[in-house]
Amino acid sequence: MAQTLAQKIIAKASGAPSVAPGEIVIANVDLAMIHDSGGPRRVKPILERLGRNVWDNDKIVVITDHFVPADTEDTRAIQRITREWVAAEGVKAFYDQMGICHVVLPEQGYLAPGMFVVGGDSHSPTGGAFGTYMFGIGATEMAGVLATGKIWLKVPETIRIEWTGVLDPLVSAKDMMLHTISQLGMDGGRYQAVEYVGPAISALPMQERMTLANMTAELGGQTGLIAPDKTTADWLQKRGRSVGDYSMWHSDDDALVLARHVFDASRLAPQVAAPHSPANAAPVEIHSGTSIDVAYIGACTGAKLDDLRMAASILRGRRLASNVRLFVAPASRRDQDIAETEGIMQLFEEAGADILPNACGICAGYGGNRLGEDIRCISTTARNFRGRMGAASSEVYLASPYTVAASAIAGRIADPREIAGDS
Amino acid sequence: MNASSKIWKLGDDIDTDSLAPGRFMNASIDELAAHCLETVRLEFAAEVQPGDIIVAGSNFGVGSSREQAVEALKQLGVAAVIAKSFAGIFYRNAINLGLPVFECADTDRIADRSTASLDVETGKLGVGELGIIDCTPMPAFLKAIVDDGGLVPHLEKRFAAEAGT
Ligand code: SF4
Repeated sequence: MAQTLAQKIIAKASGAPSVAPGEIVIANVDLAMIHDSGGPRRVKPILERLGRNVWDNDKIVVITDHFVPADTEDTRAIQRITREWVAAEGVKAFYDQMGICHVVLPEQGYLAPGMFVVGGDSHSPTGGAFGTYMFGIGATEMAGVLATGKIWLKVPETIRIEWTGVLDPLVSAKDMMLHTISQLGMDGGRYQAVEYVGPAISALPMQERMTLANMTAELGGQTGLIAPDKTTADWLQKRGRSVGDYSMWHSDDDALVLARHVFDASRLAPQVAAPHSPANAAPVEIHSGTSIDVAYIGACTGAKLDDLRMAASILRGRRLASNVRLFVAPASRRDQDIAETEGIMQLFEEAGADILPNACGICAGYGGNRLGEDIRCISTTARNFRGRMGAASSEVYLASPYTVAASAIAGRIADPREIAGDS
Repeated sequence: MNASSKIWKLGDDIDTDSLAPGRFMNASIDELAAHCLETVRLEFAAEVQPGDIIVAGSNFGVGSSREQAVEALKQLGVAAVIAKSFAGIFYRNAINLGLPVFECADTDRIADRSTASLDVETGKLGVGELGIIDCTPMPAFLKAIVDDGGLVPHLEKRFAAEAGT
């Protein structure tokens, strides 16, 4: 029987020659990732109740990113619990305040095609960009995984999202996802496996693929897969992960899918999602002119090195509007270091931006720069639910790094194609 | 067989913010539960009785991965949720915290506040004059977790059995 990529990975993880959609299987987990918020402080009491240590301390990665920097009594206590638990369980893969988990995990070489991975965070589908079956679970379930190394899974159907054509300059993966979610809705993924295919996907660099897979969470998929190719293998190779033969990790041509949606990249304009749902996306022209107070370039979704480069290409030689504050929170220290050597960090500062720590920050509604009452923000993050980034009266518009940078310069929501042409 | 439960009929897309409002997430489970579903049915938390059943449309539990959405329903004594479909993470959380959940295509004709009896073994729901409505029974593997009260007690039992052999 022809199999989808999702079926192939799950079959391997569950030790079966093949699996069928709808079947419930027990899969062996290749890796489990947890962060400081849903991690040790939540799983430790459950593991104690079960009287168990972790099943394999070589297969656990702990990353602190939510309560960073820890500048209150409570958050310092959370980080202390995290560090003590890591030491007590002998977990070696501990990345303390080095960036956002979904970005640090692959950049440190932990993911590879064909792996079956769980993460204690809803944006865990990001790992799907590498042809890894990765998805998010709650803390109780994570404790179960840490105790046993196994998890139950209903084998998903696959929803294929195909992008034909070629993206215009200044249009990006973020625009592709905002458009997809506006068309299919936040439950368009139906908790099945979403697979992104087509020439416009193959043309994307790795971190842009991560943006697609990341926002599968907003599309309602369990994971968002992209079959590995040379782009994947080369990227991982550079980060010390040699991939070997990955030719089996793709969907068979005649594998059955639940649905197939086709979009044309050539006709895609920059998108902006109005408050308070990512599904409220429309071409930027609908919202251009709307005044803004804050522009935020941050999060696993929108502050990776490629995102920083996109924003920098617009900000180069320009200054932000006097009515706007621009925050840049690079997604990882490593990406920030590279941006530094490329002169990008300096360029942000010259444009008038404030640089924030390599952490979730405002995206998680955390820290002193949370949005205040009635603040209107345009942001490279994934979610604009009411109150998520601060006060309930604040408003968040979602857009690409190009569009957020262009809007910071204009002081209002602006089409990056106009700003870029305007020098 | 549950002798007689009252049905609380809800619509589509009941989200985790309605079930577990964000502003009470750091409060006690008692206080959180007191606000469960208040944006949808103001009287719900005050009037729901242990053993009552929620019957809803599609995509029940959409939203975040917060487990408190399930905990609030359990705290109020809700015996089961029957829906046309469930959001994936909510479904997993429900199983893992021991709340019976049933998919059922045929929820439209069930009226709010009708009296019903649910057989959690077979998924058969007897509703007054409507007679028996078939819900999809939980797969045996998941039902075993629910029967034990959720994943943690399920694992405790399993580990104890392993230790005993
Ligand atoms: S940056 Fe935002 S979306 Fe990403 S893991 Fe942190 S809180 Fe979640």
